[in-house]
Amino acid sequence: MVGATAPRVSATVILPKPALQRVLDNLRESGFQLIGPTVRDGAVILDAIQHISELPIGWTLEQTAGSSRLLRGRSSDYFGFNVGPHSWKRYLFPPRSDLLKANRNGEEWTFEPVLDESAPYAFIGVRPCDLHAIAIQDDVFANGNVSDPRYGHRRERAFIMAANCNTAAETCFCTSMNTGPRAHSGFDLALTELSDSFVIEIGSEAGSNVLAGVDWQPAGAFDLGRVTQITQRTERQIQRQVTTSDLPQLLYDRIDHPYWDTIGARCLACANCTSVCPTCFCSTIEDSSNLTGVETMRTRVWDSCFILDFSHVNGGNSRPAIKSRFRQWMTHKLGAWIDQFGRSGCVGCGRCIAWCPVGIDITEELSTLRSQGTR
Amino acid sequence: MMDPMLPHTAVVRAIKSETYGISTFSLEYTEPHVLVGFVPGQFNMIHLPGFGEVAISICSDPNAPRVMGHTIRYAGSVTRAIGRLKVGDTVGMRGPYGNPWPMQLAKGKDLMIVSGGIGLAPLRPVILEVLHHRASFGRVLLLYGGRTPQDLLYTDEFEAWQDGGIELNVSVDRADENWKGQVGVIPMAFYRIRLDHRNTLVFSCGPEIMMRFVIYESMARRIPKDAIYVSMERNMKCAIGFCGHCQLGPLFICKQGPVFRFSTIEPFFGKEEF
Repeated sequence: MVGATAPRVSATVILPKPALQRVLDNLRESGFQLIGPTVRDGAVILDAIQHISELPIGWTLEQTAGSSRLLRGRSSDYFGFNVGPHSWKRYLFPPRSDLLKANRNGEEWTFEPVLDESAPYAFIGVRPCDLHAIAIQDDVFANGNVSDPRYGHRRERAFIMAANCNTAAETCFCTSMNTGPRAHSGFDLALTELSDSFVIEIGSEAGSNVLAGVDWQPAGAFDLGRVTQITQRTERQIQRQVTTSDLPQLLYDRIDHPYWDTIGARCLACANCTSVCPTCFCSTIEDSSNLTGVETMRTRVWDSCFILDFSHVNGGNSRPAIKSRFRQWMTHKLGAWIDQFGRSGCVGCGRCIAWCPVGIDITEELSTLRSQGTR
Repeated sequence: MMDPMLPHTAVVRAIKSETYGISTFSLEYTEPHVLVGFVPGQFNMIHLPGFGEVAISICSDPNAPRVMGHTIRYAGSVTRAIGRLKVGDTVGMRGPYGNPWPMQLAKGKDLMIVSGGIGLAPLRPVILEVLHHRASFGRVLLLYGGRTPQDLLYTDEFEAWQDGGIELNVSVDRADENWKGQVGVIPMAFYRIRLDHRNTLVFSCGPEIMMRFVIYESMARRIPKDAIYVSMERNMKCAIGFCGHCQLGPLFICKQGPVFRFSTIEPFFGKEEF
């Protein structure tokens, strides 16, 4: 039987859908903690999973500006939806993580780091746009002159099983940002879902190893053709187009534009967009002390440029108006990010559009700013 | 694990009261293995457990880096708590961080230092460095302004600075009956001096509105944009480019700043609420 051995790296194999369970079991037996999409509270979220039955099988998401609805899909696809409000950053860059402990002994404070001792993660069903989002957070936390040891520890050990998109939501625009709908690199395994099987590209040695003992067959020309067809069909479904060739200058030229007043009047500064964004990386640090005051934990917590306190400086605040905070977010995400890290901070996942309570659409706002010229 | 967020214990060696609500804290790392050394314009992150961490410029002599001075105004919860410390107490400290004043470029040139209020703190190491190597620099001017005579920092050192060959131009916005110096905002002081625009560097730190006028007056005297340097202030939580708080357009104040050549920062400087 072919599946008794592991396929070679960069090979493509085909697997009956239920056999995915065996792959998950192999990952768990290798010590991985599985994180995957699952249905909860009327949404597709990410959480710990054990079994394929916990995946959102047969569900899809209909998303538009200010709306995300969970619906029964036409098929029994395992991955027949795009993205929910969670992204993988909540595991690699958690909403709260303890950094260090300060201890007072008499008059002397000493400091010790808090180590991350969690089991390595295996991410199941990472969308191509989200693969790019992970690479973008690598730029921030791992690829600079100074790197974040906790992020690096989680990231280096993570196993990534990508899932190419076989459907697109109205909010999707990965084709404009060159991030999808098909994954080309940055995964251990990449799945493309057919009606009764998965076509799987082997991206790494680790990906190859977890297929040992699994009932796989080499993929044939027909299967590979289906993968191409599915990618093309998904690309055609994506209606939303964003022009990026004039960024970041377009936004720098409009820092003083009166249109920010119009957006600022609609924005609630709720920070939903920065919470659901898979690349937003801003954080703050909280101190919490015990009652005697001799022990303090320092915890890194997600922060947002929409929060007033974010830009507090002694003697005032550098962005008191909501429009200034929106301008900061959008100018950074679509513009300044390119100067900082050599690529856009936006992957075209559409989460900020769907989860904005007032339906502000970053792609539409960009077009409007462009059409209004510099003023 | 090399942890860039982990502070080291530092002990308060001395506290000098400067003016009402502002004191200078001299801090020294207690562990001998912590590398010391800073250049003018850099800052440290000072952590008082239970209160938080603040970015504070180093105001002392870079030639004596073991004990670093930090002039702190009691403005928020962390700085007020630091204000209650006594000599011998400890804090957490990490640093130094940031891009410094370009001292090498200033060698052989005239140097005009313009600062307002507590903005003199990150420029004091520049002055001390100039005094150590006075012959390496041309004319060195210090234009310094405060709201009132009581708000001026380091006044006990002014005489030594002047004796060391620095031309002092001190002014206040509002004088009192004992004030015998100039009255008026700092940019006004430009009208009392002559500059060689082909051979002068300007280093400025103070309120942004003041720096705006310093840039304006410098440029009006044909000093090129790349000969003007400013030190910027924004909210900062990490000092290493992770927290996102200090961004100004594409610039991270902590990593690329706090000292910027004006020509670099110009497109984003002085934009309202940017």
